[in-house]
Amino acid sequence: MAHSGINILFEGRNFTRLLGGLWISAKIAVIAIILGILLGIIFGALRTLHNPVLRFVLRIYLEFFRIVPTVVLLFLFYYILPKNFNMNLGAETVAILVFTLWVAAEMSDIVRGGLISVPPHQVEAGEAIGLNRLQLYYYVLLPQSIKLMIPATINLTSRVIKTTSLLLLISVMDVINIGQQIIEANSQHYQNGAFWVYGFIFILYFILCYPLSLWARHIERKELAENA
Amino acid sequence: MSWSVVQQSIPIFGQAFWLTLKLSFYGIIGASILGLLASFIRYFEMPVLQRIAGMYIELSRNTPLLIQLFFIYYAFPEIGIKLSAQTSGIIGLIFLGGSYMAAAFTGGLNGVDKIQVESGKAIGLTNWQLARYVVLPQGLSLSVPAIAANVIFLIKETSIFTVIAIPELTNTALDQIGMYYHTDESLLLLVIGYAIILIPLSILLTWLERRARYGAFGN
Amino acid sequence: MPDKLLTVSHLNKSYGKKPVLHDINLEVEKASVTVLLGPSGSGKSTLIRCLNGLEDFQSGQIDFMDQTIKPGFKKWQPIRQHIGMVFQSYDLFPNRTVLDNILLGPLKVQKRDKHEATEQAMQLLKEVQLADYANVYPRQLSGGQKQRIAIVRALALKPEFMLFDEVTASLDPEMVRGVLEVMLQLAHQKMTMLVVTHEMNFAQQIADQVLFLEAGKIVEASSGQTFFTQPKTERAQEFLNSMAF
Repeated sequence: MAHSGINILFEGRNFTRLLGGLWISAKIAVIAIILGILLGIIFGALRTLHNPVLRFVLRIYLEFFRIVPTVVLLFLFYYILPKNFNMNLGAETVAILVFTLWVAAEMSDIVRGGLISVPPHQVEAGEAIGLNRLQLYYYVLLPQSIKLMIPATINLTSRVIKTTSLLLLISVMDVINIGQQIIEANSQHYQNGAFWVYGFIFILYFILCYPLSLWARHIERKELAENA
Repeated sequence: MSWSVVQQSIPIFGQAFWLTLKLSFYGIIGASILGLLASFIRYFEMPVLQRIAGMYIELSRNTPLLIQLFFIYYAFPEIGIKLSAQTSGIIGLIFLGGSYMAAAFTGGLNGVDKIQVESGKAIGLTNWQLARYVVLPQGLSLSVPAIAANVIFLIKETSIFTVIAIPELTNTALDQIGMYYHTDESLLLLVIGYAIILIPLSILLTWLERRARYGAFGN
Repeated sequence: MPDKLLTVSHLNKSYGKKPVLHDINLEVEKASVTVLLGPSGSGKSTLIRCLNGLEDFQSGQIDFMDQTIKPGFKKWQPIRQHIGMVFQSYDLFPNRTVLDNILLGPLKVQKRDKHEATEQAMQLLKEVQLADYANVYPRQLSGGQKQRIAIVRALALKPEFMLFDEVTASLDPEMVRGVLEVMLQLAHQKMTMLVVTHEMNFAQQIADQVLFLEAGKIVEASSGQTFFTQPKTERAQEFLNSMAF
């Protein structure tokens, strides 16, 4: 090894470029998570209503986003929207759209699971004091089930962050895409470029996701201890 | 959308379909073995090994498959380990899936009542006998829904193999789009390919979850 | 002088900083029945679980047969075949038939001959009136039947010593008698037993020795009859009064 390989990370503007790529990924993830969670809460609440058509449609929507791999979802939106619907969205917008709809689908299942775990006599007690349906959800059902939903929501967030690694496939300038460019541009001087750059990105993702999984586990454990 | 293009493309998608199944199969088998091993090590709190298993699980769960694959396929050769794309893909899937399978098995093992383990100990069973006759038979049936969910998850993850140019379903679709602009036809066949594998599995999973809720044994 | 099977000396145990057993001393003679009494939370179950290594302890020692057991002891597995234990909750393995539950220890732990072990198991089942149930799964049994099978499963290892941890506490009242009768029968057969129970009449009938535990200490140790007729300590009197109607 002529060069110490790790220096590839600090050559020129490489380090700031990599962090810039991470910022793009983070931005897409944050927007999609926020919009997706809001949408998912609505969908989840709708799925607990006794409207069979609505429930069926939302269930199909969930299953579609669950069964089709995220890579394929990205391509479907990336290729089909411009061609068949004349919508020319940038790659980043497509990514936000796909991730939001995906998060909303998964979130709807988390919310529904939490809501139906509230004992039915709570609903009856709420109805008995004259709450309407919206008030019932807002004052009785959501507050009691939100604790149950938090760990799963954190895990979903961590999945979204990991899934941002796929942005490369629709040519978003994310951290991996920039990493590839850096490896290629420096391949003459650095034989171990891939090792250091991909190793660095591997660690970056780990640093982002590991605290989230610790947090989720901590909450789950606390919850268990309280219920014991 | 042209039906003749769809028809022409069926054979090449058929090959991709089988490759997706084959790679998934090896990856899932490997991940199950690795996961079972890791969950055993943690369940019986084996010294040292327990730490290693814990570190592996955290690394595997908290990083994306795509970067794991890049590391195996592009960085390993730089330190003298050259693997074919397909081997890299399978190893990546095993590395990723092992931790998810470990969680599934651990969930099942922990679901076995503590009193069961104690009464096994009370009649003098060794750790290995305890696992073989008491914990595993009960724990495995509890793990089945989580294992099935992992199988679906891992098959979907094979779509990421496209980044190291393995000609599975996704890669084949992208190839057809890139070379011939058969966009709609290729995307249709791509979705159908995954649907054929995943819809039956997903129905099976729902059924397993429902069955698990009623308990395979019940006291 | 009668033979001692078990001696516990100066045993202490705590969970973290919280002491649960304090300077426990006791002796169990061969072919005798020792009953552990005391209010709930007094450490009876913890003590009995220390005696076959399901719980570790911090100081003191246990002498069982010719083994001396100190804190941190790891080689419980061979000793456990000499100690049978029955728990409060029905603990049969749901994935095995009654007979397979009983045979697991004799065949896999003691590597005994299958024919001989099966014969013994069937004999034991007959003694608890459950011979017809050899091939059913535990879920088809009532709580009382499960508990009798759990006793048989422990006996199948031909133990020197039997531990019973509140074995009738989760049973419906009408199931209790059948299980207690099996235990009385065992006592007549000169099995050495240590019993945690809340059934006072039964305790009085079966006990050669009573140990009264409170807050992790043995407050009173006396012969069976003395304890129930002339308790020495005030605490024991209060306890007996609280259990009587």
